[in-house]
Amino acid sequence: MFKERQGIKQSQPLVTGELRSTSYWEDARRRFLRDRFALTGGVIVLLVVVVTLGAPWFAPYDPLKQFMEGLTERGMPIPANAQFPLGTDDLGRDLLSRLIWGGRISILVGVLANIVSIGVALLLGGSAGYFGGWFDTLVMRSVDVILSVPSLLLMIALATVLPPGAFTVVLVISIFGWAYPSRVFRSQVLSIRQRPFIEAARSIGAKESRVLLLHVLPQLLPTVIVYFTIRVPAAILTEAGLSFLGLGISPPTPSWGNIILSGSRMYRTAPWIVIDPGLCIMLTVLGFNLLGDGLRDALDPRERR
Amino acid sequence: MTRYIARRILWVFVVMFAVMTFTFVLMYIIPADPARQVAGPLASPEALANIRASLGLDQPIYVQYATYVGNLLRGDLGRSWMYRRPVLTEIADRLPPSILLGLAAGLVELILGVIIGTASALYRYTWIDRVTMTLALIALALPNFWFGLVLLYFLGYVIPIFPLGGYGGLAHLILPAFAVGIPYSAWYARILRSSLREVMAEDYVRTARAKGLREFFVVGRHVMRNALMPVVTMWGMDLGNFIGGLALVEVIFGWPGVGLEAVEAARNLDVPMVMGCVLLISGLMATSNLIVDIAYAVLDPRVVYH
Repeated sequence: MFKERQGIKQSQPLVTGELRSTSYWEDARRRFLRDRFALTGGVIVLLVVVVTLGAPWFAPYDPLKQFMEGLTERGMPIPANAQFPLGTDDLGRDLLSRLIWGGRISILVGVLANIVSIGVALLLGGSAGYFGGWFDTLVMRSVDVILSVPSLLLMIALATVLPPGAFTVVLVISIFGWAYPSRVFRSQVLSIRQRPFIEAARSIGAKESRVLLLHVLPQLLPTVIVYFTIRVPAAILTEAGLSFLGLGISPPTPSWGNIILSGSRMYRTAPWIVIDPGLCIMLTVLGFNLLGDGLRDALDPRERR
Repeated sequence: MTRYIARRILWVFVVMFAVMTFTFVLMYIIPADPARQVAGPLASPEALANIRASLGLDQPIYVQYATYVGNLLRGDLGRSWMYRRPVLTEIADRLPPSILLGLAAGLVELILGVIIGTASALYRYTWIDRVTMTLALIALALPNFWFGLVLLYFLGYVIPIFPLGGYGGLAHLILPAFAVGIPYSAWYARILRSSLREVMAEDYVRTARAKGLREFFVVGRHVMRNALMPVVTMWGMDLGNFIGGLALVEVIFGWPGVGLEAVEAARNLDVPMVMGCVLLISGLMATSNLIVDIAYAVLDPRVVYH
């Protein structure tokens, strides 16, 4: 496509050529495809998502099945061998299968927590910026307060009393997660509101709700995409931290965090139970970070270096 | 300037008060019975009622809130339900190890971050830049509690250089400090790199070079001062995260600091203790943000506050 355009430029006068102006999204896609780091990140994320979503097909065993031959005679986990590609855990279960199924929960929590946080942030931050007034003050002061709270501590307290599980982790992360993006979306809406096309829409009599949904909201899409990609790894790390403290996803359901917890009791004799899930987290977070950086550069040309 | 600082200090108190109320309400609406947590699962209904009365839990929430605020204004944070000691003494006892670890980790973060960030900016597009930035990307993706365990395994057990956790001299301090410091240093290295590169494109840097100043002084005197601004800002904003990371690493290493204590208190629903820790940490965060804003004005004469 790019080459074709150049060819046209060279051979034909611009006025008669079939030269389309490139749209914002086409530009962004082109920038993205040229960024090797971003592509690597994208491939990693795609790989992790496909493998974990396809857990029933990719996992060699049932993640909850305890094997007689999965423990040594003294009841210790066994290291990687032909039957168990990554060894077994403290109860003689196949570690690889548990990692694949555990990844499913971790990704699910990361994605859901961000859908909720960003949804709330769009609603509150966006309308705070658009309507202003006392509502704006209320929302922004609440954001200030939430950002001044040591969130991990309160997440621990909340997770202690709520019934353990993915839903609780999503809830707990979202309670604190909406604050920062609200601030970002608000400031964006503030500047979008001033732009001529909003005035134009109003001048032909568009209703407030129509302006907000059809003219302002689409402008926020790039920020939403970038923010979502960048925040998923943070949620995955928080889930791992909570599960590691025994408060997130509770056994026997595997999650990367609680597998590390189960291995931490015997990290000297069976280090693979600790090391492997950590590597999974690292790879996933790395993938999302690379992808997020690339998307930011591609979607926001002003910030490009 | 003085008026600005006065207003900001006032604002810190307002935020702290709101944080306190928010936490109080959150702890109150939590669907659990703290008295049960204190008494244990086998306590009789009478014993539970007694405990509830002695902790003031039988009062309506506004009375409890008023009592708490009244005590707080007199500098009394209440007594820990778990340790049965005043919250303030309990925190004061656990504070020195946390400060020690926090400073050590901060030092690791700063030294590594500045060295790596500067090296990659000065030698950009060379192998040094590529290697350091790849390492930084990997370090950023490390869950720090896991990194702590891995350090313990390899440098405490496989090659037994360092003790396997616990509190003591310098040897005990090194691994936890690196476990917290390394992931954060990567973050700072990246920020410093991009800010250095931005500043080095400025006209006054070209002027400094043009007048024949040696590169060392150009970077040291002219570039660094301006490039450090975003780093300082990040430090202020990041402190909350940093403390969270510190808490998890304290748990891994059995480091007897406030972080470990706060995690325990939160898990046992020791409300006064949790409130105390929240107030301490958010106070620290608010103060550091204030200091950063003031430092801004000192570092950069262009910044004027009204």
